[in-house]
Parts: sequence; C-alpha cells; structure tokens
Amino acid sequence: MSESFDVLLVGIGGQGIILASNILGEACIAEGRSVKGAETHGMAQRGGSVEGHIRIDGKFGPLVPPGSARLIIAFDMLEALRYAHFLAPGGTIVSNNRFVVPTSVYMQGAPVPDEAAIRERLSSRPLCVVDAEGIAGEAGNPLSQNVAMIGAASRFLPLKPASLLGAVEKLVPKKTVETNRRAFEMGRAAGERCGGGKAGA
Amino acid sequence: MKTQYLLGNEAIAYGCLEAPVDFVTGYPGTPSSEVVEVLRDVPDRDYYLEWSVNEKVALENALAAAWCGLRAICTMKHVGLNVAADALMTSAYTGVTGGLVVMSADDPFAHSSQNEQDSRCYALFSRLPCLDPSTIQEAHDMARDAFALSEQFSLPVILRPTTRVCHSKGDTVTGERARSTRKGEFHRDPRQYVVIPAHTRALHPKLNEKQPAIRKALVERGYNTAVIRGPLAVVASGIAAAYVQEVLPADVSFIKIGAYPVDEEWLAAQVSRHEKVLVIEELHPVVEETVRQVAKGVPVSGKKDGVVPYEGELSTAAVAAIMKSFGITPTQAYPAVAPVADLPQRPPILCAGCMHRPVFYAMRRVFRDGIYPSDIGCYTLGLQLGAVDTTICMGAAVTIGSGISHAGEERDVVATIGDSTFFHSGIPGLLNAVYNGARMVLVILDNRITAMTGHQPNPGTGVTVCGAAAPQVSIETICRACGVSWVETVDPYDLASLMATLRAAKEQPGVKVVIARQPCVITARRANLRRGRFEVDPGVCTACGVCIGFGCPAIEKRDEKAFITGLCSGCGVCAQICPAGAIRKETRTEGSR
Repeated sequence: MSESFDVLLVGIGGQGIILASNILGEACIAEGRSVKGAETHGMAQRGGSVEGHIRIDGKFGPLVPPGSARLIIAFDMLEALRYAHFLAPGGTIVSNNRFVVPTSVYMQGAPVPDEAAIRERLSSRPLCVVDAEGIAGEAGNPLSQNVAMIGAASRFLPLKPASLLGAVEKLVPKKTVETNRRAFEMGRAAGERCGGGKAGA
Repeated sequence: MKTQYLLGNEAIAYGCLEAPVDFVTGYPGTPSSEVVEVLRDVPDRDYYLEWSVNEKVALENALAAAWCGLRAICTMKHVGLNVAADALMTSAYTGVTGGLVVMSADDPFAHSSQNEQDSRCYALFSRLPCLDPSTIQEAHDMARDAFALSEQFSLPVILRPTTRVCHSKGDTVTGERARSTRKGEFHRDPRQYVVIPAHTRALHPKLNEKQPAIRKALVERGYNTAVIRGPLAVVASGIAAAYVQEVLPADVSFIKIGAYPVDEEWLAAQVSRHEKVLVIEELHPVVEETVRQVAKGVPVSGKKDGVVPYEGELSTAAVAAIMKSFGITPTQAYPAVAPVADLPQRPPILCAGCMHRPVFYAMRRVFRDGIYPSDIGCYTLGLQLGAVDTTICMGAAVTIGSGISHAGEERDVVATIGDSTFFHSGIPGLLNAVYNGARMVLVILDNRITAMTGHQPNPGTGVTVCGAAAPQVSIETICRACGVSWVETVDPYDLASLMATLRAAKEQPGVKVVIARQPCVITARRANLRRGRFEVDPGVCTACGVCIGFGCPAIEKRDEKAFITGLCSGCGVCAQICPAGAIRKETRTEGSR
C-alpha cells in the first residue's frame, strides 16, 4: 500500500473526467497537500475509454499502480468493471448507474453487456452506485454529472467537502456555479445513502 | 512564488514566462500542444506566438528569432523533430545568440503516436544539450533555465519531456512572470550563418570544442547528481527517476541523469564506487550505453541484458519489479492483478456527425476494390470502417498513394488526408504526383481545423493562434497550382453528391482531387451550430442493420431495431443510407435518451 491516497477516475472521453480530476487536485492545493496525477489527452478522448489518476499526498510518479487505488470513481459502469483490478483491498468503487455500450459491439453483433451482470461482477467489492444523470438533471444542469459524481465520492475521500466545493466553484464556468454546487451537495447526499463500506481514509 | 496544480505542459509554459520568452512557435502534436495554447491564453502577451504549418517551418522561424537575439521556444512532438531535423542538425553549427529551446515531447507506449523514437538520440546526433525532466516541477524549472543555458553555450537546447510529464499534473511552484524587453536585430555574419563548406568546416570544430564545458556545466547545475549509499546503485533518467525514488531502499545509491551529454569522468567516478549498477530509463538505452562505456568492469544491468524493456513505458510498479529481478528489494510491493478478460473494448471512435464517416462510407462503395492510403489525424480512425490501408507519417497519404500507382498496381488508389496535414507536408507530394504522372484520387478531408490535437487553427481556418484574422487559403487553388486539373469540392453530408463526385473522379485520368468540406462537429457545436436530431420510426425500421454498420456512436440497437441517442448532431447521413426510409428529422421536442 502506498503512502498516498490513490484515486482512479474512469469513464469515456468527453464525460468531463479532466475537470473532475482537477477538482481533486485543486482541493489538495487548497489543503496544502502534495498531489500527483495523470490523465488521457489526445485522440483517445474521442469516445474512447479514459482514465484519470490522482495520488493525494503523492510525491513521486503520477500513475496509480494496479491494485493500489483506495477509491475508483467510475462515470460509466462498464468502465468500472474494466478498471476494477486497480482497486486496493478494502477500497471502494463509486460508480454511475449507467453505461454506454461501445459502438463496436453493435457493429460486430457481439453480445450487449447487461447491467445486472455488470453489477453482479462488481459486487464482490464495496460498491456505491449513484444516478449521476438523475442528480445532474434535478440540480438543473445535465452537464454537471461529473460534479455530482465527485459529490457522491466525497464521503470516501480524505479531503474536506469545503475544499472540494471551493475547487468546484473555482473550476466551473461562472454561470454554472450554482447548479454545480447543487449537483455536488445532492451527489454527496446520494453517496451517504449508497453503501460502499466505511467512509474516509 | 506560488504553488499551483499544473499540467506538465502548463508548467513548461510558466517556465517560459519566467525566462522570459520573446518568440514562440510550434506545430500541434500530442503530447506537446498545450504549451503554445497556455502561452496564447496569457493576458497582455508581449511575445510573438504562432502555430506554424509544420515543425521544420516552426524551428526555422524560432531559429531566426534566436539569431536576432531573442529568446525563442519551438514545440513539437517527437516525430515532428524528424521533420525539423534538417534545420536542427545545422543549427548546432551556426549556434544562436538569443536562447533557443526546442521542445520535443516523446511518447513512450505510443499513446498518441506512430512510433516510440527517443529525442535524446537527436541530442547525441546533433551534439546539442538536452534536458530530460523527471517531474513537472523539473519541467518548469528546466524550461525557465534552458534559455540561459542556450545563451551560455550559444547553442539550441533540446527539452525532452515525455507523455507522463506533459500530461501529468502536480503541485508546482512557479515564480514571477518576467517581461520581454528584447527587440530582435540581425547582425550580418556570413561565416556564422551561411554554411557553405568553407564556413561549415570551421564551425564543426567549434561545436565539438564546446562539449567538455557543457558536460561539466550540467553536473554543476545539478541536473546530473549522485547520492552514494551502498554497494548497489540505480541510475535513472526522465520520469523513470521519479518511479525509482518512490520504491528505492535507503541503502541503495541513486544516480540521476537529467541532462545530456553526461560527463563521463564524473559518471565513471560514481559507478566505480559500486559492486553492480542497474540502469532504468524509458526507450533507447542512452544512459545505459554511457554507463557501460565508463563502467570498467563494474557489472551493469539494463536493457542490453534484458532486465529493462526497450519498448513501452515504465511505471512505479514496473520499476519495482525490475529492481526485484536485479536483486534490490523495493520498499513497496505491488500485487499482481489482472483486468477482467471478456469486456468489449472501447477504442476511440469518430464522433457522431463527423464528416469523415460518410466520406469513408462513400469511398468503400464507389471504389469497392480500392486501395486506401491515409494519414495522421482523427480520420486514421477510418481504419475501423475498413477505409484506411496505410498510415506512416504526416503527408504520406499522397506519396504512398502515388508510389503504389507507379508500382504497377492496377486497382484504384484513393488516398485521404486532412486539411492541416495537407498544409503540413501533403503539398510537395501532390506536386510530385502530378509532375510524375501518378494515377490516383486524393480526398482532402477539410474540416477547417487541426481537430485531433485539440482544434488548433491552421491556414484554412481564417484565424491565427492569437485570434487575428488571416486569409483563408484556398485548397482548391493550391491543388490547381500543383497542376491538378480535376478538382471538385463537395459537402460530405450530401451523400448523393459525394458518391456522384467520387464516381466522376474514378473516370478521370491522372491525379484527381476531391475536397470534402464540413466543419468539425466539435467546433460546430462550440459555435452553436444546431441542426436538430434525427430519429428512427420503429414501425418502419426493418432491423436490416445498414445504419448500425455505418458505425455512428449515436446509433444503438434497442429491441433489435435501430435507435438514435442524444449524441446525434443532425448530419442526416443515416437517413440517406436507410433503405427503408425509417430515419427522419426528430419531431418530438424533448431529446431522446
């Protein structure tokens, strides 16, 4: 186990993972903590599977070693399963309840993954599933799903909610601060209800 | 002094501001592109900034500025340095007056690249100093200090970050922005700047004479350091040094190489104090070869004895495993875990509504047994649609196409190239193809932007990097000036016209150019262009699968029938290919999904 609290964010290019990982990074700076991270840029972002690594209190390399993530935040449930081997023993997965079927599955006529089966295969680990789309819609901005996910995951992060919220306010466009603040708070409330084992570091 | 959470490329840009830099050029390429973009977004810019049309052009512009006494940086990805190499190699002879930094970002594991070449080899080849940061903080500090280093030796300096530096983030301490006060002035000195043989024979020894002092300076400046702790040593460079430090036991010596050329005397003295030495670096064994040269009987492990891989990227876990196999117990143990096996892959894919997709679709139908050379850009993803047969380097769609036609191949050659790639290095190939009588169709996929690397403007966009209006060059006119007599422009969303144009091209002799033009869907969306979505009438859909085979990410199957999701951007091409006429413009007010 690393001395850093390692978090892996996973999803699909275009879902706002870079902004979400920036929220964690900025919150670390606000708390005066060291932090290292790495993310996917370039062509892989065109609807491909993407990952964001964040090592809270990290001092060296930016990559979370497989088997070492204390928390996985998945914006897509299929991606949660794809990256589940990054989870450390006792770590938690916070996942969106939806997933996008890769276009190639339809093109090749391959079997379409089934939500119940994905959940079943994830269930051997502490799992917290939230409806990010529902929360974001209720908060008033469908684009705030990434902030809703960070809100839901905040209970499992060794960062103060105020630091995270401060980072959200700093990073989102000014006119969306209110809806994103709501998405964070509603996400946090959903996280409190969703299971996933013990909170905090 | 301020601590910020910065991307590696942002940190490099901040270093440039502190130097300060006077002149910035570059050609976009992952993982290098953000440096120029961050410098563009700085308020109250007092330096010159351009996206150049290719890396050679970028480097030559920056070199000229440095000859005029300015501090200049030129950014590119590693393969761009191949394009710029002609200027680079001789710039070591001419030297510079103002500091010149050539940033060439390497991409171990080829996350977004066609190869895994190592820019440090260019440093050895050209005899230019090279800085190799292991962290974002070092990338910042090296960028800031590289200009002065360049001026100290009157030589360009290569800055070589890798993907995991450029696209990593971390807490980074930055300093105050300095103000550019220099004004460029060219001092005529033909013996320096006109490299006729008589001059160059005098310049070459001067370059060689500088080397010992450079080697010493890189140790004195603290780029190459050694901490001696025990009988075993690990030598590491670049980001591998950060991975090593995370898991290195306290009784193992650590020799860190952050700059080249390495002072061999200094290195020999460090190595000689050990019983055996392990060298860990990504890509080419640049450090290892030097260590082996100076080891004088001290056993050395690394790539050459199979302990460290030649290819791909390293990680903390990989480095821990390498140390263990060498006989050092890392301070952390990482579990051996494997991903679940049977999940469908999720590769990147052309966007819903991307103009490239109908072009590939139409090409496959009009040229059923065609050969499809292609190029570097988002459209390389046409591979998934069976419409990309070759990709090697920028501009080569045209030249591979003409070469295949001259090789005696009788099938139609239909090459695809993007607008930015055409400007970059496609034009000479087209000129050559016409001049030498090739038989081919060139389809220029003109989305008016350099999309793959993050939507940088190019000479077809009509604006510069700084947002100033620029003439929108006419690709049609360029092609005609190259000697192409048959040039047609078509809207790729109009499938019937697109197919008819390709059929007409098929009948023409010689080199034919079809320009397919639609703005990139991402830039169109950002510009608030809304076309309205399409939907499938499930009562009419026969579940034939034609639209599914089109490969648009907005089209799914629900209950065996096609269904269009909220990703639809309204290009309408699926409605044109549906044999049942089941797809129409959405009538509902709410978006589906």
